[in-house]
Amino acid sequence: MTTDTATRTALVELTDVGKRYGNVRALEGVSLKVHAGEITCVLGDNGAGKSTLIKIIAGLHQHDGGTLRIEGEETRLSSPREALDRGIATVYQDLAVVPLMPVWRNFFLGSEPRKGVGPFKRMDVDFMRKTAHAELLRMGIDLRDVDQPIGTLSGGERQCVAIARAVYFGAKVLILDEPTAALGVKQSGVVLKYVAAARDEGLGVVFITHNPHHAYLVGDRFVLLRRGTMAGNHARDETTLDELTEQMAGGTDLADLRRELNRP
Amino acid sequence: MSATATTDERLLRTSPLRRLLGRPELGSVVGALAVFVFFAFAADSFLRAASLSTVLYASSTIGIMAVPVALLMIGGEFDLSAGVLVTSSALISSMFSYQMTANVWVGVGVSLLATLAIGAFNGFMLSRTRLPSFIITLGTFLMLTGMNLGFTKLISGTVSTKTIADMEGFPSARDVFASTLTVGGIDFKITILWWFALVAVASWILLRTRAGNWIFAVGGNKDAARAVGVPVTATKIGLYMGVAFGAWIAGQHLLFSYDVVQSGEGVGNELIYIIAAVIGGCLITGGYGSAVGSAVGAFIFGMTSKGIVFAEWNPDWFKFFLGAMLLLATLLNAWVRKRAEATK
Repeated sequence: MTTDTATRTALVELTDVGKRYGNVRALEGVSLKVHAGEITCVLGDNGAGKSTLIKIIAGLHQHDGGTLRIEGEETRLSSPREALDRGIATVYQDLAVVPLMPVWRNFFLGSEPRKGVGPFKRMDVDFMRKTAHAELLRMGIDLRDVDQPIGTLSGGERQCVAIARAVYFGAKVLILDEPTAALGVKQSGVVLKYVAAARDEGLGVVFITHNPHHAYLVGDRFVLLRRGTMAGNHARDETTLDELTEQMAGGTDLADLRRELNRP
Repeated sequence: MSATATTDERLLRTSPLRRLLGRPELGSVVGALAVFVFFAFAADSFLRAASLSTVLYASSTIGIMAVPVALLMIGGEFDLSAGVLVTSSALISSMFSYQMTANVWVGVGVSLLATLAIGAFNGFMLSRTRLPSFIITLGTFLMLTGMNLGFTKLISGTVSTKTIADMEGFPSARDVFASTLTVGGIDFKITILWWFALVAVASWILLRTRAGNWIFAVGGNKDAARAVGVPVTATKIGLYMGVAFGAWIAGQHLLFSYDVVQSGEGVGNELIYIIAAVIGGCLITGGYGSAVGSAVGAFIFGMTSKGIVFAEWNPDWFKFFLGAMLLLATLLNAWVRKRAEATK
């Protein structure tokens, strides 16, 4: 799987990227590559810099150290719109959708298809409803009514709608911000299946999580962040779930914790 | 509408009644019927055609502003300067024409530009400072109130403007903004047409255009909207300019109904517009509501204010009625929405 990745141009490549907020160092020296048809997992505890990292790739913040390359071209993203135009779609954990709006309006939000001319230019509502329904069905979500407010769907379904939307709009890179964090076991499984489905469609996926079990189920490459720096970067065949879990918890910290909690 | 296009047999389970319950206007329509029946019994003259015309006129002067204010609320913001902006718009128009001895249409045009600029200022300040719209527009409200009085006294020497009735273009401007049309022997004010046209255009924008999608989105979840590429700042500035456009129409009507403008008018009306929008089903937190609802809200206002007169009651009771209506409408809206979402 990783044999040809060295020669191919990565969809997104970060080299030694850093970010400061005032005198706080949020991120330093982080490097990672995202290839088509692969899932790159970014693991880290709260405050490790995961959010800062995705905000840089998604165009919400700009990095102030290192380089960001998109398909080989060094760049600096000025807005989420620019990131989207270059094929990078981000699905945020908490702000993926507008709860009160119907599913079909959410599905096309920001990229509404239109017809007509001049002052009569309008959204192609029929097309939007039909397409939203069909695309969700293709991803395995069978909605009764695309007119229902998206807030009435379950958390997992909402994530899936957001993923289906990114796939439909031809994203090349999909960034998922803790898509399973607030979900139960079964719902997480549903979301992970869509993550794999997106990979099979040929997207490069960046999967942010603090759950090594979820990461190891789907990941091809694992980047570990700790306190804003990179603590590890492993291909799947170089590591095991136990090692990942151990590293996530901070190695010796976990050993100490185990000793401390060991009841007689 | 074209729900049958999405072929799913389970769609049949959603009955037309449930769909109706999900409409934002429902609460206000029920309220309007109740108020109508109430005054039909309480005041003998209420059901006469001439009374209907009076009620519609009163509704239209509120409704012209309630429509853009509703859109703004759906977009998640308030405009407390909306009431005095109407007066500002009339004053600018009147004083510019008078001082420059220009055709009144020149003043009307200048007023449009100036009023839109004030609206844009509100939206721009909101996006720039990220302060709540309550604070920003409260500031604009106070500044405009002061400027209305201050400039008028400075230029005209009194609290009202000089008459422009004998100036060039006045008759045609009056035709456009303040004429009376006779349909079937009943007189209707032209503001009713303006009002209906605004409701139609606003509904079209809200339900069928990309801008409408953006308005719902910036009010419902600003951050999610921004993340998928919706121009949040431009949408909000556009909404404030929409309110300014409404204020311009209402202001020109105010000017051309008479030929002078009292510079202290308009204070307090901003709340009436907001209440009409809320009664019409707009959520105070944004992201939900309709233009038609705001029209029904304005109609309830018109019926109540005139109905009290027809019933020969003390008009002081109007405010009490208003407050009670606002509370009831908000409760009803919350209840209807909860039910609608639960039954989906």
